[in-house]
Amino acid sequence: MITLKDLPVEEYYLPGNAACSGCASALSIRIALKILGPKIIVVIPACCASVIQGYYPKSPSKVPIMNTAFAATAATASGIVAGLEVKGRKGIAVMGWAGDGGTADIGIQALSGAAERNEDFIYICYDNEAYMNTGTQSSSATPRGAKTTTAVMGKGERKKDVPEIMIAHDIPYVATACAAYPLDFAEKVSKAMRLKGLKYIHLLSPCPPGWRFPTEKMVEVGKAAVMTGAWILYEWEGGKYTLTGPSKGLIDKARRRPLKEYLAMQGRFSKIPEAEVEALQRDVDSKWEAMKKRLGA
Amino acid sequence: MNKAKKGRAKVALSKPSEGASGLTGLWRLRRPVIDPAKCTKCHLCWLYCPEGAIARGADGAVWMIYEYCKGCGVCSEVCPSKSISLVKEG
Amino acid sequence: MIIATGNHAVSYGVRAARAEVIAAYPITPQTQIIEKLAELIQSGEMRAKYIRVESEHSAMSACIGAEACGARTFTATSSHGLAYMSEMVFWAGMGRFPIVMAVVNRTLAPPWSIWNEHTDMLALRDSGWIMMMCESAQEAHDTTVMAYRIAEDERVLQPVMFGLDAFSLSHTAENLELIDQEAADGFLPPLDPERLPVYMDPDNPVTFGNLLGPDKMMEFRHLIKEAFGRAKGVIEEAAKGLSKATGREQHGLIEDYRSSDAEVVILAMGASSGDCKDAVDILRDEGIKAGMVRVKTIRPFPGDEIAASVRRAKAVAIVDRDYSYGFGGIIGREAASYLSKKPLNYIAGIGGRDITVEDFRKIAEDALASAERGEPGIEKWWGMRGLEG
Repeated sequence: MITLKDLPVEEYYLPGNAACSGCASALSIRIALKILGPKIIVVIPACCASVIQGYYPKSPSKVPIMNTAFAATAATASGIVAGLEVKGRKGIAVMGWAGDGGTADIGIQALSGAAERNEDFIYICYDNEAYMNTGTQSSSATPRGAKTTTAVMGKGERKKDVPEIMIAHDIPYVATACAAYPLDFAEKVSKAMRLKGLKYIHLLSPCPPGWRFPTEKMVEVGKAAVMTGAWILYEWEGGKYTLTGPSKGLIDKARRRPLKEYLAMQGRFSKIPEAEVEALQRDVDSKWEAMKKRLGA
Repeated sequence: MNKAKKGRAKVALSKPSEGASGLTGLWRLRRPVIDPAKCTKCHLCWLYCPEGAIARGADGAVWMIYEYCKGCGVCSEVCPSKSISLVKEG
Repeated sequence: MIIATGNHAVSYGVRAARAEVIAAYPITPQTQIIEKLAELIQSGEMRAKYIRVESEHSAMSACIGAEACGARTFTATSSHGLAYMSEMVFWAGMGRFPIVMAVVNRTLAPPWSIWNEHTDMLALRDSGWIMMMCESAQEAHDTTVMAYRIAEDERVLQPVMFGLDAFSLSHTAENLELIDQEAADGFLPPLDPERLPVYMDPDNPVTFGNLLGPDKMMEFRHLIKEAFGRAKGVIEEAAKGLSKATGREQHGLIEDYRSSDAEVVILAMGASSGDCKDAVDILRDEGIKAGMVRVKTIRPFPGDEIAASVRRAKAVAIVDRDYSYGFGGIIGREAASYLSKKPLNYIAGIGGRDITVEDFRKIAEDALASAERGEPGIEKWWGMRGLEG
């Protein structure tokens, strides 16, 4: 298990970048690159992570970044993997680092293609549950009930389960993670990189301006997502599901905090009707029932 | 092997830089201040800083890089010994 | 000497050029290009990686990624595939990735049509790609190799696409003289990653593509304009170099066919140019001084070269197998801006309708008659039949 002391002090993503104050995605790329860097090429589509890089001629990244179009992350990464291979350039990892829009919506075709071909790179979706870069419009990863600029009364549809879609592709490794648990995330990144083929990590990335909570609560909100069971930390490998981190202890519903505690922390769920909260709580509970079946518990 | 790449200015290529978006410390409305007496050097603040604006020395000491700290306050929240207070800037 | 279709001629050209990464998605009538390449790779005859991407957009994205790592790449598409890919076509052009792409020129829908028309490729003429059009299977083969030489030239560093007419070239079997591999290697050295504008290297990390404000964008785009300015010379140089290497005449910007003393010159492009040449010969036999200028390169547009070739003609008939709705024939309108006398623009072959030798003959006569009547250049949709019956 990776501990804090195992993480290198060196920053591969430098401070003074354009990320919002309190950004979970910025925190997470910092952590990911401590595990993956410096021999890595990162592909970033249009998303928060692309504007966090700021303007030419400077970039916060000490590793090469190939910015690409919104839909193109996994395809560009596939090309990079092929290019490195034919040129005999060994020992260079490849990572796609994309938001939920570029993963679950416009980018899903390329991601599915790369998964079917089992391309040898790691794909990490930092999920802030909306099109945050463009000002908080709904994505298919926006949870039911959350208010966005295109769902002003709260989104009616449920969140698309991208990790399950990736599991259906039968790739070597699929995991969920949360920015509030960086060591759990680091462990998963490290484990993934020991495998060949496509590895997928879906990282919940609480967003202060988009979810509407004070910046200092970013980690607390992320922890609440896990402790209420709204977000399950797990990994899947070769047909086997394993819960990780605090999620391990939450199979018993009595151990899970009430969902409304998580919702109450975020302005995007403000004034949500009681009946809706109950429906969302039932959704969380059924997700856990389904997970229990998969675990054989 | 960092050869100077002569003549490669054919497209816009950005170079790694601290403060790529300037002195982001100027964004701050409140600044985090570590009380060295209370600090246990657990380094959780270093771990959780979204900016990487907390430095960690070989002797275990931590200090803020105020040029870039955006004052988000996450460090203050995660500190188990409540050693970091947020002081109003200016 | 073998017999090969235009499509396979391209595949053999890609082999001779030693392309290293091929990412492509099938679309009629391009499929044989990539099928042959898949076969050559899987048999071990070609040392390359084939990425079986799930769309054309991904094909171009993958080529961009591979090129950025120093690999020579290739893709091919047509019509809707090109349209779907277009976002990344601009990315390749503005990013200066020296990718080479074959486009089998096919009508855009709706309604569905698989037949030849040039609008698909011409619609992307603003994307920063060098753009060419081939007449024969031989030329398609030779142009494939030449395209890499042009794209990867230090003075250019822009991607190159070249067209071949759907079915009338792509699927038409013709004589093909394969480029000798040694000659190809001499003409086209391996891709030197040092000269690539974008090269991903952890030992020299750069960020490519992050925000660039109005304060600097014009200057960087101007570099591309300058590259296109140098491209004309590089294209002619490459054509000469390949002529030497193959012993076959190669064309760069345009091809003049009996145009120097012609009274009527037809401007044509693509596979029908062969029929146009036949028409020119027939007219000459009848005592009419006809000639043809074949547009081989569309970008950079050889306006000055065309103007020089037609300056003594009484009538210039530009045949467009394409159309820009609300404006006119694309080649016709682009050439017109270089000519002192307004050319006649004949819109023909839309949706794949045949343009026969007889059509070219009649177009030449029509153009001459118009010129004699002192009519200003007008646009005529040739051979219209009416919708009834």
